[in-house]
Amino acid sequence: MQESLIVVGNGMAAMRTLEKLLELAPDKYRITVFGAEPHAGYNRILLSSVLSGEKGMEEIVTHSHAWFAEQGIALHTGLPITAIDRRGKAVVDQHGERHAYDRLLLATGSHPILLPLPGKDLPGVVPFRDAWDVERMVSAAKEGGQAVVIGGGLLGLEAAVGLKNRGMEVTVVHLMDTLMERQLDAAAGALLKTELKSRGLSFRMPAESVAIIGESHVTGLQLKSGELLPADLLVMAVGIRPNADLAREAGLVCGRGVVVNDSLTTSDPAILAVGECVEHRGVVYGLVAPLFAQGEVLARHLADLPDAGSYEGSVVSTRLKVTGVDLFSGGEIHETAMDEVILFQDPARRIYKKLLVRDDRIRGVVLLGDTRDGAWYAQLMYQGEDIAPLRNHILFGDIQTGGTDQHDVANLADDHEVCGCNGVSKGHIVATTLDKGLTTLEEVRAHTKASSSCGSCTHIVEKILTAALGVDYEACSVKSLCCCTSLTSDEVREAVRDGAPQTVQEVMTRLHWSTPDGCPSCRPAINYYLTVFHPEHHQDEPTARFVNERFHANIQRDGTYSVVPRIFGGITAAQELRVIAELVERFAIPEVKFTGGQRLTLLGVKREQLPEVWGELARHGMVSGHAYGKAMRTVKTCVGDHWCRFGTQDSEKMGVKLEQLLWNSWTPHKVKLAVSGCPRNCAEATIKDIGVIAVDSGWEIHVGGNGGIKVRVTDLLVKVATMEEVCEWSAAFMQMYRREARYLERTAPWVERVGIDAIRAHLGNDGRRRALAESFHTAHAGLEDPWQARSLAPAAKRFAPLAIIPYQKERVA
Amino acid sequence: MNDWHCVGNLEDLTPLEGRVVRVEGLGDLALFRTADEQLYALTDRCPHRGGPLSAGMVHGHKVTCPLHGWTLDLETGQVLGPDQGCVERYPVRLQGGQIYLQLEASPG
Repeated sequence: MQESLIVVGNGMAAMRTLEKLLELAPDKYRITVFGAEPHAGYNRILLSSVLSGEKGMEEIVTHSHAWFAEQGIALHTGLPITAIDRRGKAVVDQHGERHAYDRLLLATGSHPILLPLPGKDLPGVVPFRDAWDVERMVSAAKEGGQAVVIGGGLLGLEAAVGLKNRGMEVTVVHLMDTLMERQLDAAAGALLKTELKSRGLSFRMPAESVAIIGESHVTGLQLKSGELLPADLLVMAVGIRPNADLAREAGLVCGRGVVVNDSLTTSDPAILAVGECVEHRGVVYGLVAPLFAQGEVLARHLADLPDAGSYEGSVVSTRLKVTGVDLFSGGEIHETAMDEVILFQDPARRIYKKLLVRDDRIRGVVLLGDTRDGAWYAQLMYQGEDIAPLRNHILFGDIQTGGTDQHDVANLADDHEVCGCNGVSKGHIVATTLDKGLTTLEEVRAHTKASSSCGSCTHIVEKILTAALGVDYEACSVKSLCCCTSLTSDEVREAVRDGAPQTVQEVMTRLHWSTPDGCPSCRPAINYYLTVFHPEHHQDEPTARFVNERFHANIQRDGTYSVVPRIFGGITAAQELRVIAELVERFAIPEVKFTGGQRLTLLGVKREQLPEVWGELARHGMVSGHAYGKAMRTVKTCVGDHWCRFGTQDSEKMGVKLEQLLWNSWTPHKVKLAVSGCPRNCAEATIKDIGVIAVDSGWEIHVGGNGGIKVRVTDLLVKVATMEEVCEWSAAFMQMYRREARYLERTAPWVERVGIDAIRAHLGNDGRRRALAESFHTAHAGLEDPWQARSLAPAAKRFAPLAIIPYQKERVA
Repeated sequence: MNDWHCVGNLEDLTPLEGRVVRVEGLGDLALFRTADEQLYALTDRCPHRGGPLSAGMVHGHKVTCPLHGWTLDLETGQVLGPDQGCVERYPVRLQGGQIYLQLEASPG
């Protein structure tokens, strides 16, 4: 038999309690809710946004009639409860009807305080409390004219800015000399006043109201100073008081509100209370966070959980919900002799930050102008964290201490160029996202091109998207390989590793690809995984390769190609240079340039010239430099002790050895090496995928560096004594990277993802390291130079036009 | 203009791999053979930055330009996705293992 639970009130505290209760014990009660307002559940906090016109009433509804129906809750809106019959365990509604309860929950909220001024009942005088008040203010504002708001607290200022936004002239009358004096100290209050004045609000403060003037409608407010403020609308926002009328009449113990214990139970064990109507340990709360905290505890008690816990009060924090005015306040505001104050003031930018600190614990926070770190300070405060280690930079926020900078995009100007590759501004991303209803990063890339090239701005684009969409966007942490499959790159890699050697097409069929023959993202990935895991069986598939790897040359913006012969260790000789020079002249190659990796690149070679150029190089013993591939590119060296007076080891010889060992191997992404002959590190080895640095006693092997999009300094993998050991470790590292990393993952992100310690431990095992190095050698034994093979017919034919025909020609067929 | 020009044997055109047909006085055309044995000829110039489509990757009835990844529909010559643009298409037919091409373009 279900018990009957009657809830009086359907505000935010009641709704939070019910939601939680339904979660914990959905079938325990037959629930009936009575609301005095005609609405179902709405977010009262956002009434100020409705007033300012930023939101419609329908946008702030949190629980519709349909929601109540779905939950099986009987909801009576616009039906106030007028009495409680405690002995008969029933409530009486406005029409005199009785409703029996086993348990009764009072969530009657609060009343706005109406100053007992003469004229307070005149039409045009409204409090700021519920949806109806907002409706009246909005309709009054349609006429324009003058508004006076009594009260310079949170609600008063929100009302004042809202009315100003709707076109009224607004004057705020405040009894105290500081705005929001319960949340702000005098300095912050003064800054806030300056800010609001610049938005066109007028202030009278400190000022006392003595009478509301008007015959049939308000016309003005008489101040004690003698000034008469003309007013077409007068808003009283001087505060709220708990609505404990019902409880008081029913004889429950009441102070300012219904008195409850830590279980939110009143002096009658069958009657509970929550929200603004309650008084708990002598404190009455008017902000949402404590009400929610109460609701959570109360729901557990209503569900009769054995460990329901107790509500022990709240430390409160406040945000002013006025667009463009950032204010955050929490905890204690006014310092005592025991407190220290950490202060930052920049009046020109209207920024004020104050932390009130006692025993290295934050006791209070006031932020104005820059509230991005409010939540962080509040968390430090609630958790009683020791802030001693943070004191030097705490006022500069969480960013400096390594936290998230999620909020930062909010500060970017609309014309800020987010994507440098494609010249896309923040404003364009936001506008396109909203215009076209985009919800994913892929869509934003497709429509705006932002982050579609080098990808280094991806995290900023994601944040802009998050900010633009609010909760609608969820960044996917694990992404599928491409649109042809729901499998991730890791899952495909494992499927290929653990499966039989197959063709790319067979793998796609086995793994239920959604497209007939994949796409430019997945085909190269599958082909790569097959190459690595089935080297002896897999026949490389050129059609699964991007043009650069298919043609073994690097396509340039005009459709020509670059040719980079391998120059081992960057050490060349007259004979090689002569071959290259003759080649350049013979084929009229437009440009020859040194690359960043100490090689020569021949630029502007036409597609059909490639086989001949390669043939010429091959004839003189020169091989592909793989400057076009996801492959080992170059080993850059300094001259080492061969020439340099500081050199400690022969870095040239080491570099040549490494390049001869590792060249002609496909890798998940490009791999660059360097060998420096001493710790001066002239070969810049610490931003390479593998960087070897000579020291007097041997060689340090560093890995996971990157000098590109995101500069990353290498991690030291190991220090060894001999060149042979360098080769063994490097080959083993290469093989581990080839097998474990995702296709298109550079060593830098891979090392960060798996951790240098794990890699060091894996390779530190002698047997395992040797086996890995050995499997690398086996995979590459007998591989021939790709250029030589392609310089000969019939492969060479592919690079020439299939046919050359004149535009005008006689009939053929 | 409506003549069919023989441009080569089918076996010279590997599936999924584009080839160039150079038309003197007109420019390069890109010739494609899809996995399901359809033949297509388009102007060998991506409408984005002029990349050679003949060097692109063929997938389904689409080709992706090697320069910046724009993808075109081989059947219509239209750029796919939110990007805008098109290239001319040319009729291709297969007869007796030979590929024939007509040089009268249909706008993409």
